[in-house]
Amino acid sequence: MKNFLALALTLFLGVLLILSLTGNTQFTTFGTDNTDNRVSSEYISKGAAVAIIYGVTNDPESGPANIVTSIVVDYRSFDTLGEVTVLFISALGVALLIGSGAKQKRLSLNFKPNFMLRVGSRALFGIIMMTGVYITLHGHLTPGGGFPGGAMIASSILLLYLADDEFRSKIKGFKILEGAAGSLYVILGLLGLVLATYFLQNFLPNGTVGNLFSSGIIPIVYILIGLKVGSEISGVIDNFLTEEDAL
Amino acid sequence: MIQYAAILLIVLGLYGLLTNRNVIKMIVSLNVMEIGLNIFIISVGFVYDGIAPILTSTNSSSALLFVDPLPQALVLTAIVIGVGTTALGLAIAKNIYSKYGTFNLDEVEEK
Repeated sequence: MKNFLALALTLFLGVLLILSLTGNTQFTTFGTDNTDNRVSSEYISKGAAVAIIYGVTNDPESGPANIVTSIVVDYRSFDTLGEVTVLFISALGVALLIGSGAKQKRLSLNFKPNFMLRVGSRALFGIIMMTGVYITLHGHLTPGGGFPGGAMIASSILLLYLADDEFRSKIKGFKILEGAAGSLYVILGLLGLVLATYFLQNFLPNGTVGNLFSSGIIPIVYILIGLKVGSEISGVIDNFLTEEDAL
Repeated sequence: MIQYAAILLIVLGLYGLLTNRNVIKMIVSLNVMEIGLNIFIISVGFVYDGIAPILTSTNSSSALLFVDPLPQALVLTAIVIGVGTTALGLAIAKNIYSKYGTFNLDEVEEK
């Protein structure tokens, strides 16, 4: 009976959604979206009358060659600060709920990792970590950025946890890194307020579109986000893989 | 028309959330719902023959036809927040299990 009611309710909701979307003039048919009259066209053209050319245009309104990055950490950077805060609070909640007694040991594996597994996982750890750092550093040029890069760094830590039964990361170092990166992000924003006109404004020169050293504070902000997300998710992984020591 | 597949995912997630009493299954349903929502938002900005909104040495001019970058930026935010809520939900589930020895909410209410 309960399942039937739930089925009726969800079917009703689905039909309602589809009916409200079909024939709606505000909802364009798939694939025929026109960004010309919307704010997205300003994001793409970076507010300039002439087209931005990769490797040629000097000092545009917003530096990154990756337009999504220019939205996430330049035009809507305040939003991203809020997003990082949400992630921080959820990591704090996980630590509060399941972690951080003084006497803790990590969950034991139900097999003994042999020599090959330990050495192989160390080698893979380096490669995954390096890819994460690369993706974080090139967030303003290629797809990626601080969030996926940080998640990759955390996944390299997870690999070590799963392949080595002795491994235990230094959770205190993560906490310091996380706090330092978060407060540096806010300090960068306040510097924008002091040196330029508004909070989180880009106060460094933008350079040429497509160079690694370009687009002002955006790579710096993305490196900070990468460090923060990486250490936060590593801390969450550590919290899930440790348990109270049964004395 | 293909966007209705995303709505199907959202509705499927909602159905799972309403009918399941297992905490882990509820979290998975929530994630299915979230993925459906993300696919729907991304699909709104799609343009036929549009390229990814990144200037490269081969697609070097901003006058080319790009897909809408704004939904992608919004979904990037939504994914990160989804990770945070899922981690918090799993932590609560772990606490429920260590206290009651079960993931099922009906059995928790009996105890």
